[in-house]
Amino acid sequence: MKDDEQIMDTFNSTDRLEALDSVVVRFAGDSGDGMQLTGSQFTTSTALAGNDLSTFPDFPAEIRAPAGTTFGVSAFQINFGSDTVLTAGDDPDVLVAMNPAALKVNLETVREGGMVVIDTGAFSTRNLQKAGFDTNPLETPLLDPYRVLKFDISKLTLESVKDFGLSNKEALRCKNMWTLGLMLWMFSRPRAAVIKWLETKFAKVPNIRDANIAALNAGHAFGDTSELGASFKRYRVDRAQAQPGEYRTVTGSQSLAWGIAAAGQLAELPIMFGSYPITPASPLLHELSRMKEFGVMTFQAEDEIAAICSAIGASFAGSLGVTSSSGPGIALKSEALGLAISTELPLLVVNSQRGGPSTGLPTKTEQSDLYQAVYGRNGDAPLPVIASSTPGDCFEVAIEATRLALKYMTPVMLLTDGYIANAAEPWKLPDMADFPSIAVKQKDRPDEDGPFNAYSRDPETLARPWAVPGTPGLEHRIGGIEKSTETGHISYDPANHQRMSDLRADKINRIAQDIPEQSVAYGTDSGKLAVVGWGSTFGPIDQAVRRARAEGLDVSHIHIRHIHPFPANLGALLARYDRVIVAEMNMGQLITVLRDRFLLDARSVTKVSGQPFKIRELLDVIHEELNTAISKAAE
Amino acid sequence: MNKPVGHLTAKDFASDQEVRWCPGCGDYAILKCMQRTLPELGATPANTVFVSGIGCSSRFPYYMATYGFHTIHGRAPAVATGVKLANPDLDVWLITGDGDGLSIGGNHLMHTLRRNVDLNILLFNNEIYGLTKGQYSPTSRAGTRSPSTPYGSLDRPLDPAAFALGSGARFVARTIDTAQKHMPEIFKRAHAHKGASFVEIFQNCIVYNDGVFNDFTEKSVLADRTLNVRHGEPMIFGKNRDKGLVFDQKTFKLKVATIGEDGISESDILVHDETNSTLAHLLATLSPPDFPMVIGVIYCAPSSSYERDMTAQMEAVKAEHGAPDINAYLRRGYTWTVE
Ligand SMILES: Cc1ncc(C[n+]2csc(CCOP(=O)(O)OP(=O)(O)O)c2C)c(N)n1
Ligand code: SF4
Ligand SMILES: [Mg+2]
Repeated sequence: MKDDEQIMDTFNSTDRLEALDSVVVRFAGDSGDGMQLTGSQFTTSTALAGNDLSTFPDFPAEIRAPAGTTFGVSAFQINFGSDTVLTAGDDPDVLVAMNPAALKVNLETVREGGMVVIDTGAFSTRNLQKAGFDTNPLETPLLDPYRVLKFDISKLTLESVKDFGLSNKEALRCKNMWTLGLMLWMFSRPRAAVIKWLETKFAKVPNIRDANIAALNAGHAFGDTSELGASFKRYRVDRAQAQPGEYRTVTGSQSLAWGIAAAGQLAELPIMFGSYPITPASPLLHELSRMKEFGVMTFQAEDEIAAICSAIGASFAGSLGVTSSSGPGIALKSEALGLAISTELPLLVVNSQRGGPSTGLPTKTEQSDLYQAVYGRNGDAPLPVIASSTPGDCFEVAIEATRLALKYMTPVMLLTDGYIANAAEPWKLPDMADFPSIAVKQKDRPDEDGPFNAYSRDPETLARPWAVPGTPGLEHRIGGIEKSTETGHISYDPANHQRMSDLRADKINRIAQDIPEQSVAYGTDSGKLAVVGWGSTFGPIDQAVRRARAEGLDVSHIHIRHIHPFPANLGALLARYDRVIVAEMNMGQLITVLRDRFLLDARSVTKVSGQPFKIRELLDVIHEELNTAISKAAE
Repeated sequence: MNKPVGHLTAKDFASDQEVRWCPGCGDYAILKCMQRTLPELGATPANTVFVSGIGCSSRFPYYMATYGFHTIHGRAPAVATGVKLANPDLDVWLITGDGDGLSIGGNHLMHTLRRNVDLNILLFNNEIYGLTKGQYSPTSRAGTRSPSTPYGSLDRPLDPAAFALGSGARFVARTIDTAQKHMPEIFKRAHAHKGASFVEIFQNCIVYNDGVFNDFTEKSVLADRTLNVRHGEPMIFGKNRDKGLVFDQKTFKLKVATIGEDGISESDILVHDETNSTLAHLLATLSPPDFPMVIGVIYCAPSSSYERDMTAQMEAVKAEHGAPDINAYLRRGYTWTVE
């Protein structure tokens, strides 16, 4: 494509380029400023430039909060580098603040000496007031610790698009593209992908399309031609070393949806996905709704109870029922989950966790539904719980969860969270040919001997047969009342209830023999200290442990995917470390379960501020723990 | 062994489970009627599914030799929707009570009717919570004395048929547990209707609410206090077939007129049109003593059903896309290769 040539960045000798290993950029603006789009387009360009990356979209809770207010600030953070990047980064090196509120909310996160890019055009008296600034911060020492780039982006944008006949309001909407153009210049990223994206997105409105492209190019040209001050340097972040293969960027919601569809293909089963919208679980519903060609039926039910019940009904009738929600919705589903456990039907339940209790922090991430997943039902109601740890990981975890649900005839709870759901990372594309098919045994005819017992069991897995309505000779009734182990009919016999409860527990416990042994994510399989995590804390824990080991510290990272049952070797593995830290984004839930199972003496490190762990926070804890270990030993 | 369809009898639809309702409960008559009617519908046990919630009435599936799912309180409409979405070819009957379907499950019932899922919904209305020992229900008349309302209930009851019509049901009918000739007819009509069929059955709970419907179901008053509507026939009732419904244009209401009085002749009596939703709304809200209780098919106006529309949409998308290929799907959009 000839245009690509022109748009690809070329470095000439007059460029002052500073090479960096990694950079954290945070785009922040009003909800209406299009920061999420700007961020995701910057992400695509960064991925195409060959960096490893990780992103963190930080949405406000309000959809359209009053413009200019601090609670309407929307931010998108990206960390990219030439080395492995597993988190969205601790403190931004560069903050783009599109208005005073964005500056107010985000400035304190910027590292000292970092760069702040400001649209002075948005710093009107009114906007300053709305953001709660008494004086204009551009005229106070507030910004002294930072390198500040300020220009009237609003005005420059208006100039760049004046030929396209847009209203003032429409023209100002191109501000984000102008800014993106400048940032792409600053980090030497190509513009081609963004232009292609704009061409498709605005194909039907040519003047908007052309104006946005013009704004993008103008922002880029501004960097190229203007005098940004003698000390100003552009940055270069070299390509990351990555395993050979084909890559794309992916969010957790995407890879989870694709994993569910893939699982359906591997099991050769239609999927019935019943769901009810809730943040941050809705993107999964949206993604799957577009996948009908894979036999994925989506049903937006009237509430979460109907959503899970429809999925249970579908599983009874021979499909794979799947349902998804976030904490409050999972709470509503819990009675029906008990029914699925009692009727022993396959079912996949996804919980995209958010801050709680109650409505809590809908747009902020947390891992506080672990108790709910493991323990949160009436009666003794065990089910497998499995957690994904990164956006890309969701794909495999969805397939694994489906395998367990079908093989053991049980609902399975898959835990993910708001961070994983929305964050993007480069993902090495899997090849479906590498996944074994998932064997499904639907009974198709009665046995020769005696009447059909829907609660007879496979001696190895203890799973009951799946007999689907429509099959002659296998007519049977199931329900939530206790069933006789002998006949499958209703039974109120106390001894039978004991047997059934034992069977339900045994069946799930046996899964421990059918899942991979717990491995060490980084480090050694014994030593002074293990940091144990689960779910989306993978990135910060791994980075912190890598840094600590680089300093020569004896610390390893263990990340648990199978939370119930635990892998068979987990207890023995943990016992091989002198000390164990359990880091999680709740008030200490996994640690309770670990103590319960293994009488483990561990230190709990928790955080529920709605933001992921910072690498530094965990590194500090590791230092502290190993220092005390040293001083204790010295005593 | 499986008998061919034409040779099935009521016995082939009766399970070997001991029926556990109180002796004299109206549920027995409904069960017998269902077991007798299914063979006449050409149904097979393998292809028939009974889904129920929780309540005395919801034990129904255990007594049928078909597929059955006794689910949780109020949620049977959602489970049945899932069954039907997964396999539209199954014949799905939904059994619910006045508490199950209109109290805890009112929301699901409303949406299932609105979506027009092809289910045959039988609501056993005994105006009481039977299974939990006799508390008043959303259909209990105001003033009902029950363990939870010793001084009489205060809330006004809900009319199931009017609720169904208000929810957008395309088929609404009523019958009585003791009407062993009428009930099979209604089951057949409900079964023939594609889309959600809603049938309210007045069912006597002999233990906790005995005789609540006696004001119109007792033999001595049945003819005078019930009106069995039939499409295309004048709405005449009474022992002497001399009463009928007329429309009062001044009040916009129905009125009972006597044939032979005030110059009224048979031709003045309104003819039932089961496709007329306005008439259906008027009929559903009539009640004794001023009016007869209307039984029969009050409303029937078929429209496409949800699960068929869903399947058609899926098939259309599949046809457009050709063979599904996850590998190709994952590789749409921007990808790059690391050598
Ligand atoms: C979640 C839940 N809440 C309450 C109950 C207790 N319960 C069982 S049946 C019932 C009412 C049943 O009344 P109805 O639906 O009219 O059925 P009937 O017994 O009269 O046939 C109640 C409240 C329950 N089983 N589950
Ligand atoms: S309590 Fe009433 S409804 Fe329930 S079985 Fe007994 S008579 Fe029938
Ligand atoms: Mg009742």
